[in-house]
Amino acid sequence: MSFIISLKDIERFYDVGGEVVRALDGLDLNISANEYISIMGPSGSGKSTLMNMIGCLDTPTNGTYEFENEYVHEMDEGQLASIRNRKIGFVFQTFNLLPKSSALRNVEVPLIYANISKKERIDRAKESLIDVGLEDRMHHKPNELSGGQRQRVAIARALVNKPSIILADEPTGNLDSKSGVEILNIFNQLHDKGNTIILVTHEEEVAKNAKRMILILDGKVKSDIKN
Amino acid sequence: MNKNKKKSHLKNTIKESFRMSIEAIKDNKLRSILTLIGIAIGVFSVVGVMTAIKTLENHVNSQLDILGSNKFYVMKEPALSFQRSKEYWKRKNITYQDYLDLEKLAKTPHSMSAEMATYEDDISYKDKELTKEIKIYGATFWSVRHHQFLIDYGRSITDDDIRFNRKVVILGPDIVDILFPYEYPIGKKIKIEGIEHLVIGVTGKKGEMFGENQDYMALIPASTFTQYYWDEDESNVEIVLESKSQEELRKTMDEIIGHFRVIRKLKPSEKNNFEIVNNKELANQIDGFTGGIKLFAGAVSVIALLVAGIGIMNIMLVSVSDRIKEIGIRKAIGANRIDILIQFLMEAFFLCQFGGIIGIVLGILVGNLIGFVLNVSPVIPVDWAFYGLFICSIIGIGFGIYPAWHAANLDPINSLRYDK
Repeated sequence: MSFIISLKDIERFYDVGGEVVRALDGLDLNISANEYISIMGPSGSGKSTLMNMIGCLDTPTNGTYEFENEYVHEMDEGQLASIRNRKIGFVFQTFNLLPKSSALRNVEVPLIYANISKKERIDRAKESLIDVGLEDRMHHKPNELSGGQRQRVAIARALVNKPSIILADEPTGNLDSKSGVEILNIFNQLHDKGNTIILVTHEEEVAKNAKRMILILDGKVKSDIKN
Repeated sequence: MNKNKKKSHLKNTIKESFRMSIEAIKDNKLRSILTLIGIAIGVFSVVGVMTAIKTLENHVNSQLDILGSNKFYVMKEPALSFQRSKEYWKRKNITYQDYLDLEKLAKTPHSMSAEMATYEDDISYKDKELTKEIKIYGATFWSVRHHQFLIDYGRSITDDDIRFNRKVVILGPDIVDILFPYEYPIGKKIKIEGIEHLVIGVTGKKGEMFGENQDYMALIPASTFTQYYWDEDESNVEIVLESKSQEELRKTMDEIIGHFRVIRKLKPSEKNNFEIVNNKELANQIDGFTGGIKLFAGAVSVIALLVAGIGIMNIMLVSVSDRIKEIGIRKAIGANRIDILIQFLMEAFFLCQFGGIIGIVLGILVGNLIGFVLNVSPVIPVDWAFYGLFICSIIGIGFGIYPAWHAANLDPINSLRYDK
C-alpha cells in the first residue's frame, strides 16, 4: 500500500537561548489516502511542530518527508509555498480569514496563487461555498458571519484547490458546541466523499470522530489506534 | 509553454496585486490620504514651479519676438540687474538732446527713436474727461513703428510736427471710445493738462503687453512732450535703435557705442557710462535667471520628494506590521515570496502614482494660476507631467522595496501565530 504522506525518522530541533529543544525526536508516521486521522497530545509534546511539518510550513532538521513522491525535506521556500497551495487545505482554530474581503474573495485567494483564470476562480469558489452550505453568504465579510459560518468559509477555502489532505488545527476550538458539531459533520461528509483529513486537537471528544487516533508525546508517536 | 505560463502568472500576479493594493488603500483611508498628500506636495512643487517658469518663459519670449531681434537700446542702467548698484545710479541721465545728437551722428541704423513717457490724468474733450491717468509718449518719427503701433486712421507724427513743436496727438482706441463716443476724433482738439492738442490719428487695437493696456495711451511729438510734460533733470530717455539686418546688428551696435562715447565725451581709457542692450541678450539674461530658479526649485523638490519617499516607506512598514497575520495566511495558502513582494511593492507604487497624479494636476493648475495672474496664456508642461509620474514610480519602487522585501521574508509560522 502506498502512502500519501510518509515521515521517516523526523527530527526537528530548535535553538532556544543556546539550549537545544527537541520538538520532534525521531518520529515516524505514514498516512494513506482517504484516512481520517486525529493527532492529539499535550502542549509541549511536539504536536504543533508536527502539524507545521505535515503542512509544509516547516522542514525537518533531519529525516525524510515524502508527500506523494515529492521530497519535502529537500524543498526551498518557493517549492514549499507551491506544495501548500496545491496539496494542502488548512483549517485553523481562529479561522484566519482575510477580514476585509468577502467570503467569495477569501475562497478565491488560493486560486490566485495557483494562477487560475478569473472566471474559473469565481466559478470554483462559488461551487466550494455551495458545498459548505453558504450559497447565500458569499458576499458577506467575515465580521458579518457567525463563528460556524466563518469556519465553513475556511473549509471552503481549504477545499477549493482540491487538496490531497485537509489539515485542521483545533477547528472547533473557537466555536460553541452546536457549531462545533456542524463542522465535525462537514468533516465526516468530506471523508465519506474520499478526502483525507488530519485533525489536530486536544479534545478527546473531537478526536473520537476520526477513524485513527495518534497520540504524540515527547516528539514521538506514543500510540496509534484505529477506531 | 513553461515560459508562457510563467509570463501569464506574472501578469496575473500584477493584476491581482493591483486589485489588492486598491483594496488595501481603500481599507486604510486616512493613512493612505496622508501619504498621498506627502507625495502630492513633492510632485506639486516640481510640476508647479516648472509650469510657472514655463508660462513666464513663453510669455517673455513671445513678447521679445514681437519687439524684434534687430532692436537694441541705449540705456542708463542694465535692463535686468539684481543689485541696484551705485555705479549705475550715479550715471548721468540720457537726455532728449543726447538722442538728437546721436541721430545726427548715426548713419548705419535702419531707424531710431526716443523712448520717453509720463502719466497724466487731466485729459478732456468738451464736457468729457478721463478718470484714469493715461500714459503719454513723447514720440519721434519712428516711435510708432518701434512700439508696434498701427495708425488705424488719420496720420502719424512727422518730422515737421517735431521740428515745429506742434501740439498734435495720436490717441489709443480706448481713449477715443471715452472722449469721442459719437464724434469723429480727427481734427478735434483735446486738452492735456490744460494745453490744447489737435487729434491727428488713432491707433489700432493692440490689447495688453507686459500687463499694460496698449490701447489706453497717447503719443505727442517728442519736442512738444519735452517742452510741456518732461522734467529734463529727473527724467531719463531710452534710445531705441534698429539695425538694417540681423547680420549688421553687431556692427551697428559698435558704431552706436562709439558715437555715444563721443556724445558723452569719454576718454579712451574710461569705461562706458551707459548700457547698450539687445533683445537677444535680454532673452539670455532672462534664461539665466529662470535657470537659477529652476535649479533652486529642483533642489527644493528633491528634498520634498525625499521626505515624501520616506513617508511612503514609513507607511508601508506600518502597513506590513499591521498585516503580519494576513501575510501569514497568504503564505499558508500558497503565496510565495515573489507574490508578497509584488503585492506590497504595487501598493507603494500605486499610492505614489495616485499622489503623483494629484500633485501634477494641482501643479499645472497652480502654475497656470500664476500665469493667469500675470496675464499669460496657459501651458500644460507635458514633459514635466511625464517626469512627475516617472519620479513617482521611482519613489514608489525605491522606497517600497525594503518594506515589501521585509514582508516577503516573514516566517509563515510566526506570522500565522502573530496577534496584535
